[in-house]
Amino acid sequence: MEEIILKHRFLPKHEILSEEEAEKILKKYNVSKRQLPKIRLKDPVIKVIGAKEGDLIKITRKSPTSKESPYYRVVVDE
Amino acid sequence: MIESYKGKIPDLLIEEFEKISKEDNLTKIQKEAVLKALEKRYDSYKVNPGEAVGIVTAESFGEPGTQMTLKVFHFAGVSELNVTVGLPRLIEIFDARKEASTPSMEIYLKKPYNKDIKKAKKLAALIKEVKLRELSNEFLINIIKGHIEISLNKRNMRDLGIKDDLMINSLKNKFKKTIVRKSAGGNIIIKPEGETILKDIYKLKEKVKETFIRGVEGITQVLPIKQNNEFVILTMGSNLKEVIKLDLVDETRTISNNIFEVASVFGIEAARESVVYEAKKVIEDQGLDVDVRHILFIADLMCSSGVVKGVTRSGVTSEKESVLARASFETPLKHLVNAALSGEEDFLNSVVENVILNQPVPLGTGLPGLVATMKKNVK
Repeated sequence: MEEIILKHRFLPKHEILSEEEAEKILKKYNVSKRQLPKIRLKDPVIKVIGAKEGDLIKITRKSPTSKESPYYRVVVDE
Repeated sequence: MIESYKGKIPDLLIEEFEKISKEDNLTKIQKEAVLKALEKRYDSYKVNPGEAVGIVTAESFGEPGTQMTLKVFHFAGVSELNVTVGLPRLIEIFDARKEASTPSMEIYLKKPYNKDIKKAKKLAALIKEVKLRELSNEFLINIIKGHIEISLNKRNMRDLGIKDDLMINSLKNKFKKTIVRKSAGGNIIIKPEGETILKDIYKLKEKVKETFIRGVEGITQVLPIKQNNEFVILTMGSNLKEVIKLDLVDETRTISNNIFEVASVFGIEAARESVVYEAKKVIEDQGLDVDVRHILFIADLMCSSGVVKGVTRSGVTSEKESVLARASFETPLKHLVNAALSGEEDFLNSVVENVILNQPVPLGTGLPGLVATMKKNVK
């Protein structure tokens, strides 16, 4: 059950960014983590990839306008 | 050469350019010229800073909305499926209703089986939920003996391939405090333990009718159809979590039209994709044309907080920073009183609150005043 959801056609690739990479992204867009879109700790995908609270998740979406587009979400516990 | 343009123009355009330049055998100089023109053209189409994209999006949905079907159509027929279309469906998607009014699923089959109509039909029959009511002719209450006698519909049972052992087992599992047995005449008898009054037996009878025997709970109708050279099962009712566990089902493509169900099984990103997919389906079905960027924008907005929020007063509007902006949407008193109680401050950073106060709004040419800071004490 757990791993098979990752292969779904609606699910873009999620990856956990390391501290340095996250820092780079925040600097690039001049934002703090609080301002970024969120993803819940309870989210099925977060459970499978095993991210912790406060991690920055890079999501590589398939975009109908530009093939691929990166998106970032911060893991929050609510 | 092409590499240097990556990031300046979208990958999709670059891909298309590469294809066309190969077909037309462009020389290096020609390529360079085309790319340059492409970049210029693309830049001129970019949205200007300060453009009110939200309003453009709202208008882009509003106008086609006036041309959409306003009512749910009901088709006569046994195997035809009714699905909400047009404006009611669009409202349902953007309001993020917890329950879709007509939940349905598209079930895809794994590779070798998706070409085989027999396999698809067999699987469809297995997925459809079967309740005891469909397998029986009569539910009789025997007042003297205090039990319910169920006379079975042998023909339906044979058609569906269900044995009475299975039925007795599921009855035993559902009603723990009863005695379930087979009568001499081949009927099933269910008797509550201990002393019971007639009213309780009557209530039990109604519950017994709805006993779930086989299939996937919630799926009330199935319809295998041919779609793009493969067989797909469309259903009424949905239960994504259980269906993707089945063996023959292709769990990478099977999808439900209930966005909340998608969110709970596949997470928020899949839910966003599902919002886009469903909204696009409605608009295309109606023969209308709305730019996909508008749909993407709303979907992003609805899913940015980690859960799906509708464009309603309890959804995305409640996340607005400004008290006045929230109050101007719906239920103003509630918002103003709550804000006063908790001592909220309004910094007048956005559009609506400034309109209320008759001030220039930070949009378009009104925006730079906020962005640029003048140098002080220049000598």
